[in-house]
Amino acid sequence: MATTRILEWLGRLYIWLLLAFLYLPIIIMALMSFNVSPFYQLPFEWTTEWYAALWQNEQLISATRNSLEIAIITTIISVVLGSAASLALFRYDFRGKKILQALLFPPIAIPWLITGTAMLIFFFGVGIGRGLLAILLGHVALALPYVIVVVSARLQTFAPELEEAARSLGANQWQVTRRVTLPWIMPGVIAGGLFAFAVSFDQFVVSYFLSTPGQTTLPVEIYAAIRKGFTPEINAVSTIIIVVSMALMLFAARFFKFGGGK
Amino acid sequence: MAGVQVSNLSRSFGAHKALDDVSIDFADGGFYALLGPSGSGKTTLLRQIAGFDFPDSGRIAIGGESVERVPVEKRRIGIVFQNYALFPNMSVADNVAFGLSVRGEAKAVIADEVQRALDLVQLGKLGSRRPHQLSGGQRQRVALARAIVTKPRVLLLDEPLGALDKALRVDMQIELKRIQREIGITTIFVTHDQEEALTMSDRIGILRDGRLVQEGPPEEIYDSPKSEFAATFLGDANILRGDTTGTGIRLPDGTTIAAGAGVSLAAGTKASCAVRPERIRIAIDAGVPDQTYANLLKGQVSKRIFAGNNSTYFVERDSQTIKVIVQNTGIERLVEGQDVMLSWSPESTVLIAAS
Repeated sequence: MATTRILEWLGRLYIWLLLAFLYLPIIIMALMSFNVSPFYQLPFEWTTEWYAALWQNEQLISATRNSLEIAIITTIISVVLGSAASLALFRYDFRGKKILQALLFPPIAIPWLITGTAMLIFFFGVGIGRGLLAILLGHVALALPYVIVVVSARLQTFAPELEEAARSLGANQWQVTRRVTLPWIMPGVIAGGLFAFAVSFDQFVVSYFLSTPGQTTLPVEIYAAIRKGFTPEINAVSTIIIVVSMALMLFAARFFKFGGGK
Repeated sequence: MAGVQVSNLSRSFGAHKALDDVSIDFADGGFYALLGPSGSGKTTLLRQIAGFDFPDSGRIAIGGESVERVPVEKRRIGIVFQNYALFPNMSVADNVAFGLSVRGEAKAVIADEVQRALDLVQLGKLGSRRPHQLSGGQRQRVALARAIVTKPRVLLLDEPLGALDKALRVDMQIELKRIQREIGITTIFVTHDQEEALTMSDRIGILRDGRLVQEGPPEEIYDSPKSEFAATFLGDANILRGDTTGTGIRLPDGTTIAAGAGVSLAAGTKASCAVRPERIRIAIDAGVPDQTYANLLKGQVSKRIFAGNNSTYFVERDSQTIKVIVQNTGIERLVEGQDVMLSWSPESTVLIAAS
């Protein structure tokens, strides 16, 4: 009895240490965004002036808007294209399907630094150059494999008889997809969309290569700001991003139950 | 409602001939079983009739109209799948409503028809449940209601009872038959279970290696199988092989067996006789020949299996084992090692050309 209790206690301690390891730096940063001193000096004095200052920082605001826009458009494009591709890979057998499927995975493993360089060369070659369009195209290319992998995994659990049953009841291809197949793969589509959003919104390396001084994303802007000199405004904007993205993740986990469990 | 005519249907997958020149006439309103071992082509045939796959050659007509190039969604058929294939994201009522709803029927009409279909399968109160909250038998009924609510011309069943346990299966057999009679729909039913085929269908088609081996009412196939395969696949049969005498066969040891039914063959060719185990009379060999039946064989009981209401005896003779099933009426029980005399009538013997 005593040993099980000790083991249980150790298990709990382990979980708390793990959570501390993950969240402590973030919590400190969030606290500092409310501290008066810009140089991390204690004692802690409450203020929201850095958040107020944030609204005045047009460069940060515009970069945030760019980041959000690019992340949302990337999510939409890669979810639509990726889900359609997954359905095609699931439904049809065609020449070279195996090769195509195999080629979808390596881009996930290629270092972003190399992908970024390659994209930069390519976009200059085809005349797109650098800027928001280049960043968007790059992000879609990075996010697509994630969506296809996640949606395809979900489709693995789909019984093809469901589509056959729907067709036998007179449903056309579009009705079958919308009313039978999509509801089934929706958790995969949502999860894939979250991945796509995260890949785009967190993306630094590729964005850094493809951005120009006027047209840039938030992570690149933060990096540039830190190089010029650190301000608690960065803490403030980071805190906002963390709160929003954690809320998004919790919402997804709560409603779509991906990642096992009930 | 409509009958289904399949004529000279062939379908190959690579070098494998899944269907080889199959022709069957499914009469309007009949209950038809397609019986065969796995890989015999019965499911391929069902999928062709459904329209999931198109034939290489041949014709399929539903109600006289050629449909072999018409896709499944335009054929107006109902299908029940082995795994039921209920839509997990919809309630029972929405599952049943699906076919009417994709056609754009009015909501009130749909609700009415769905309720009637659910009542027919005795699930009238469970419309708001989800498929995962139902038992296997209930899911089966929902699948059936969903398939018939659109008033299809033909009902196709792909091993619909395969996933149920035995007691439930017998109930569902009766239930399925009742519903089929009530709505009078032409039903084609794929199974590998011979008992199911015998008890449920008006006619049976036996398939093997993509070919139709024999087709007819259950009694006819059981009483006059045209091949050793048909004899042994539908029910149990003892196969005795020898040379034809014209009206029967002569076994290698010279014994003649008289047959009352089957093909007529030129004397001297190889042939076999099929006898059902329950048609053979078994008695202690008293040395005095039994005169009741024309066909007599001596042997020795090698094994007896007691099954309550009947016993199965395995009788050895001339390096062949003959199976005999006897109702346990309490008159006599034979022991292993007993010398016995087997006898049966020529009417119970079917002459089959050597395959």
